[in-house]
Amino acid sequence: MLSCSPTSTHHPHSTSSQHSHPQTQTDRHPSNAPTMASEKSSSDLTLLDFWVSPFGQRVRIALAEKSLPYEYVEEDLLAGKSERLLQSNPVHKKIPVLLHGGKPVNESLIIVQYLDEAFPDTPSLLPSDPYARAQARFWADYVDKKVYDCGSRLWKLKGEPQAQARAEMLEILKTLETELGDKEFFGGEHGFGFVDAAFAPFTPWFMSYEKYGEFKVAEVAPKIAAWAERVGKRESVAKSLYSPDKVYDFIGVLKKMYGIE
Amino acid sequence: MHVSYSSWFKHLVSLSDSLTHMVVTVAKTLTRSHRELSWREIYTLSPAQGGDKLAYRNRAGSAEPRMSETVKLIGIFSSPLVHRAEVALRLKGVPYEFIEEDLSNKSELLLQHNPIHKKVPVLLHGDRRPAICESLVIVQYVDEAFVQGPALLPADPHARATARFWARFIDEKCWRSAWMALWAEDGEARETAAREAKANLTLLETQLQGKRFFGGDRVGFLDVAAGGIAHWLGVFEEIAGVRLLGDDEHPALCRWASDYTADEAVRPCLPDREALLAAMATKKERYVSIARAMTRKRM
Repeated sequence: MLSCSPTSTHHPHSTSSQHSHPQTQTDRHPSNAPTMASEKSSSDLTLLDFWVSPFGQRVRIALAEKSLPYEYVEEDLLAGKSERLLQSNPVHKKIPVLLHGGKPVNESLIIVQYLDEAFPDTPSLLPSDPYARAQARFWADYVDKKVYDCGSRLWKLKGEPQAQARAEMLEILKTLETELGDKEFFGGEHGFGFVDAAFAPFTPWFMSYEKYGEFKVAEVAPKIAAWAERVGKRESVAKSLYSPDKVYDFIGVLKKMYGIE
Repeated sequence: MHVSYSSWFKHLVSLSDSLTHMVVTVAKTLTRSHRELSWREIYTLSPAQGGDKLAYRNRAGSAEPRMSETVKLIGIFSSPLVHRAEVALRLKGVPYEFIEEDLSNKSELLLQHNPIHKKVPVLLHGDRRPAICESLVIVQYVDEAFVQGPALLPADPHARATARFWARFIDEKCWRSAWMALWAEDGEARETAAREAKANLTLLETQLQGKRFFGGDRVGFLDVAAGGIAHWLGVFEEIAGVRLLGDDEHPALCRWASDYTADEAVRPCLPDREALLAAMATKKERYVSIARAMTRKRM
């Protein structure tokens, strides 16, 4: 079974002709995005990524929030892993990998913190107060531990294990709903922040979770649904994410690859 | 010319304030060992040194904690994760009260302060609510909130990212593979996991790169994160009858483990080995069932 663990996913088994190559994607793809992403930059940043990866998207969002130019390099994970990826992340062999002046930084949330610290002139995603930072790290860690794994079980499994995954997903959404409360963003006074960037990439996956889990986020966690809509309109997020339909189709491709009905 | 007593007095007070400040700063400089600037020192560099750019971050936020604010750590003596939190407090010289929890009968205090995960360690600092949970989140909080102690994370952003990466590696790879190697019910699964666990320890070992500690000359963030390997792994190995960390395969890591456990800030936070052995030997069933659950969850 292919592992689908947090920092990346989708080991290739075979080239799937059904996987729409990023170059044929519509205007939303980073390489078609405004010059920012495609310029070889003075900040000397390169991002090794995979178009639909929510973990890579966190980094894209952070780079956009900071208006940092970078070179986007698509790793077609369904076709194989490049030498460059294997060398940059020899331990996990996963994307996203940020190369700054050639030096690699791995793991999406670690990369986001790195960007805050290496580019202190830019808007920060973590707040400055240590206590607020601790709470932000806790909740980003919660999203990391829970959302992707539970979501994967929701579309991979059937019967009792799927029902269990569904119950867990509802629990996760309700917990996040309580944490968000009436705030505009998880970042609260800080505004759009670390937890928002950590969770936003999962919003296009909601439709798939809803279909497989037979529930509606708007009913289970209306504040989260409203937050998803708000956050989806934010420029850095809008240009980094793909539509729920594309995500749903991608899951279909994965299921075929895994031989799941 | 009339100089009022009160203005002269104010002048004297402000002069004495500056003098005190100078004395304190000089004292701090003298006691500080020669090492790379801590992240907080970078915050206070003069504009010419590039400090001004970063100053806004510190200015905006952290009021230094008042010494009157009590720090309480909820934990159990036998947990390597609780150890991380405790060592961090000791390294920073922060006084704290340790509240021993009974995980088989969780207290209202724990359930109230960690409703999400219901686990230890949990840090209560003054009246800050909710409490701070998750061992590495606590360690970073202690590093950032208590600026009077030595920095646990290095100053350089890339070095910080590297330390965080390997701390995560310890939790997600080292402990996971070690756990399966120790407690998986299937013999073949145990053997495969053992090979993986040893390879992971070798990988971790490379991060020492001839240094005394992962943090350099003194104990730092990654050393604290790896504390469980230094003191707990051997006890688990003894109970399970499995050898993972060895002088032959991991000479540098073994040497590190002995230096780490001998460190004067670390030693008081280490539970007595015999007591640990006795406590953990009774939990073997539980460890095996955790391994079983891990096997099931693997997709």
